[in-house]
Amino acid sequence: MTAVSQQQKHFPALSALGACLLPATLSGCSSAPGFLDPQGPIARAQLGHFWFVVAMLAIVILPVLVLTPLILWRYRYGTSRAAYRPKWELTLWLDILIWGIPILIVVILSVVLWRQTHQLDPYRPLHSDQPPLEIQVVGYDWKWLFIYPEQHIATLGQLIVPVGRPVAFDLTSATVLQTFFIPALGSQIDVMNRMQTTLHLLADREGEFEGRNMQYNGDGFHEQRFTARAVNAQDFARFVADTRHEGIPLDQHNYRILARKGSTLEAAKALGESVTLPDDPLVRFSAVPDGLFDAIMRDAPLDWSELSPTTGGSATSAPATPHDTGGETSNPSASAASTTITTQGESAS
Amino acid sequence: MTVTEILFGRLGWDALPFWHMLQNPTFKSVINDLIASGAGLMVVLGALVVVAGVSWLGKWGYLWREWLTSPDHKRIGIMFIVIALVMLARAIVEAVFMRAQQAVGLNGGFLTAEHFGQLFTTHGTIMVFFMGMPFLTGVINYVMPLQIGARDLSFPVLNLVSLGLTAAGAALVMVSLVLEPFSTGGWTGYAPFTELSYNPGAGVDYWIWAVSLSTFSSTLSGINFAVTIYKKRAPGMTLFRMPLFTWTALCTAILMIFGMPPLTVATGLLALDRYLDFHMFTTDLGGNMMNYVNLFWAFGHPEVYILILPAFGVFSEVFATFSGKRLYGYTVLVMATICIAVLSFTVWLHHFFTMGQSANVNAAFGIATMLIGIPTGVKVYDWMLTMYRGRVRMSVPMIYAVGFILLFVLGGMSGVILATPSVDYQVHNSLFLVAHFHNMLIPGVLFGMLAAVNYWFPKAFGFRLEERWGRRAAWLWILGFMLAFFPLYVLGMMGMPRRSVSFTNPAYLPWTVIAGIGALVALAALACLLLQLWVSVRDRDHNRVFAGDPWDGRSLEWATSAPPPEYNFPVIPEIYGRDAFMLEKDGGTPFQAPTQYQDIVMPANSAMGVIIGAAGFAAAFALTWYMWWLVVLSAVVMIGAAIARGFVRTTHYVISADEVRRTHEYWLREVEATTPIRRSQEQSGANRGRAVPPVEGAVQ
Ligand code: HEM
Ligand SMILES: [Cu+2]
Repeated sequence: MTAVSQQQKHFPALSALGACLLPATLSGCSSAPGFLDPQGPIARAQLGHFWFVVAMLAIVILPVLVLTPLILWRYRYGTSRAAYRPKWELTLWLDILIWGIPILIVVILSVVLWRQTHQLDPYRPLHSDQPPLEIQVVGYDWKWLFIYPEQHIATLGQLIVPVGRPVAFDLTSATVLQTFFIPALGSQIDVMNRMQTTLHLLADREGEFEGRNMQYNGDGFHEQRFTARAVNAQDFARFVADTRHEGIPLDQHNYRILARKGSTLEAAKALGESVTLPDDPLVRFSAVPDGLFDAIMRDAPLDWSELSPTTGGSATSAPATPHDTGGETSNPSASAASTTITTQGESAS
Repeated sequence: MTVTEILFGRLGWDALPFWHMLQNPTFKSVINDLIASGAGLMVVLGALVVVAGVSWLGKWGYLWREWLTSPDHKRIGIMFIVIALVMLARAIVEAVFMRAQQAVGLNGGFLTAEHFGQLFTTHGTIMVFFMGMPFLTGVINYVMPLQIGARDLSFPVLNLVSLGLTAAGAALVMVSLVLEPFSTGGWTGYAPFTELSYNPGAGVDYWIWAVSLSTFSSTLSGINFAVTIYKKRAPGMTLFRMPLFTWTALCTAILMIFGMPPLTVATGLLALDRYLDFHMFTTDLGGNMMNYVNLFWAFGHPEVYILILPAFGVFSEVFATFSGKRLYGYTVLVMATICIAVLSFTVWLHHFFTMGQSANVNAAFGIATMLIGIPTGVKVYDWMLTMYRGRVRMSVPMIYAVGFILLFVLGGMSGVILATPSVDYQVHNSLFLVAHFHNMLIPGVLFGMLAAVNYWFPKAFGFRLEERWGRRAAWLWILGFMLAFFPLYVLGMMGMPRRSVSFTNPAYLPWTVIAGIGALVALAALACLLLQLWVSVRDRDHNRVFAGDPWDGRSLEWATSAPPPEYNFPVIPEIYGRDAFMLEKDGGTPFQAPTQYQDIVMPANSAMGVIIGAAGFAAAFALTWYMWWLVVLSAVVMIGAAIARGFVRTTHYVISADEVRRTHEYWLREVEATTPIRRSQEQSGANRGRAVPPVEGAVQ
């Protein structure tokens, strides 16, 4: 049971209403997974909260929409049937009403907002009987690299996650500000160079969801998409194993190609992948060195001789590189000196 | 360095909009460069037509004496509004291009990504800094001194300088159509995308200097307005007797004073980064881009209230006047305005909930934002209650006002949705956000300012605007807005990001097509507006309202002739209550001749505005293109002009009491000769600007 999945119970009726009404009337029932058709507990709770806010606000807005035309008609110029009070300017109880109701609504909304903001905080780990899968995300111009540190693999173009298991993302940018977002699963979060942000998501249904960058970052912005695939545990294990064997090594040469400006597709071609589906390229990397993410995050010049290449082997056998724990604190001047790379020792997984 | 490099800096042939097409003719580059060259040509032609026209009419002297150097707040206000209308036309055309691109944007479209980036950046920058700001500054300039019974602003020459700076910024944005490129960083110009390492070209520099000119101008205007309202009110005009528009002008002025400098600082620091290798917002050497975002929105949120508050003021006047009734809850509305102004400084973080701060911070700012909804909601109900038990006349300003109320509450709803962090995580940066802020800005700012034009135009020019084209324009704006932006709510919820030149999801297409049609309707609305102006000028003799009170107005500005004399009031009026002019009309004593006239001292013409504006433009242009000699030269001119101004001795001139008496008595005779009309004749040629006693007139 994840913590947030209880959340949706707060507004079950509203969620149901929203889920049927809006997609049905507005975009047809075949709408792709997204905010309106959530595929995980966070996104579902967000949609519920959305409809809750709409319903609460309707209390103050509907009267405006209904009464304004009525007033306009009843008190139109030339009528003789309605009262005319040109000097009337205040009635106390009316004023109490027009202040009181909005205040009450805002109080209710605030209480819910406070709780929801904490409950759905992207930094908040999701409780689950399964340990979270760690994924490190790096934004480039104009593509995303997904590093699976425990598995020592990485992908470009597709993000593959096991269904039902929480995913803990650590994110950074190798370039300008970007925003990482998988609408069907939940929150978006900014990624910034030299900073790390965190995001916890969970997919509770298998499927393919669109993911993308939401923050404009130049000419290729509109192409900075990826496909998030939620697959079952076996398929995930197979994907990891296949990637280890078939993936191209993420070495200095390939990294250079990867980091160049350009779309995922362009990178895939440059890396020598035969791309069959132009919309949905997948590049798999094996032998992802430890500490790559931290090095990118700190914008340290990558010193590949120090990044330990971890070839294919099992995750647990990955040797921890000797590391400089002093570099742990983000010291801007560290980058000027030699590369300091921290590896997180293998956690028990 | 060659001489050309010294003279022209980095300005080269490649800045011409058709250069790329000649160098590298592909289908797309030709299309895009043709569009860009067409736009550049419009600018050049427009400038030529104006110059030729003025020369042909032999009006340079008139233009110089009566307008460009005139310290009259009314003239300056009108010039601000002219700038706003010109820039509005350009920005709407750009919007149509963006909408057209997205209407065919499934897997492509006709615009390049670079071109699209420049379009949304110039559109946003213009709409905020060179349409919204000059428009409201112009309206406040024109109306506020008249409403408080003053002859001018406190600092008339400073007012000219404000105008000059805004004009310089607008001109810079216009020139960027001829000598390209402009920034692609959006109206927000977020670092580090706008840093030299990611964007080395001239585009971002254009943006920095255009915006800086505008923020300087607005800060100065804010100071000018606030001081005027504090110091120059007529005797008896206590704060709580000020018309609501003046109240909103005061709150806006205070917001300008405190809200504009953060942006001046942010763009200034960004300029230091770009020009002098500072590292304020870079990713390396200790820079931090989050500081930019923080500073930008410390300006940005107050800014949206700077834009909206004057519109609230306009609507308050319009609702009361066209309902033939006192404003409901005046004191409450004032309180609500003050609440909004103060709270607007406490919510800026809602623009970046997703930047990774703690849930406590996000929740606190989310709640603060919702608090603003309370006074805003109260205002809406106060306006409804103003119509309630009134006699509502659906004239053009009123159509805008009613459209505003009905649409604005929807924008308010999406605003509260965006203020809810957990939901914002889903719709931030999407077209939902674009729909939201247009839903506030178009019914709010644009309708407010257009209502103001329709409402006060007869005061400013002495004849009413033609009603039929006005109605058409108003309805088309409303319809166009709904078609163009309601689909964006849906697109946003479907996950479509803002600022996307194209997309791959076919489900978006129907909605982008509808939005494209909406943009065309808005363009038609703009055309109706221009036609309305044209027809009104053509038929002006039919619609003259020299007596000055075409709408049975309530506040002081209606107690003057239309147009008012340059000194506004022959003697400064004494104020006995709220709705000062209505009080007089109720008491049966409007249009009194003063017992005694005195000489009036008025500020003399000054070329300071033109000089500072021209030098400001030259400096900004030179900085953009690295023409250092010109930077130095314009700085010398500006400083020199400021010093020289200190030696000017003829800063005022005197209008004799005799002349004032003659002018006033002539007007009073004309008023006497004008037949008062009932409100049912408001739109007919019989309306010469005098109303029958109020209550009687308002119920037929
Ligand atoms: C009917 C008139 C208008 C139309 C059709 C229109 C259309 C658009 C479009 C298509 C965009 C780009 C959306 C995107 O990011 O994908 C945009 C952005 C924007 N518009 Fe408008 N707009 C209109 C009026 C206005 C007005 C009146 C204002 C302000 C007073 C305004 C302010 C802005 C701003 C600030 C942006 C954001 C630019 C950026 O992304 O940096 N617009 N508009
Ligand atoms: Cu804001």
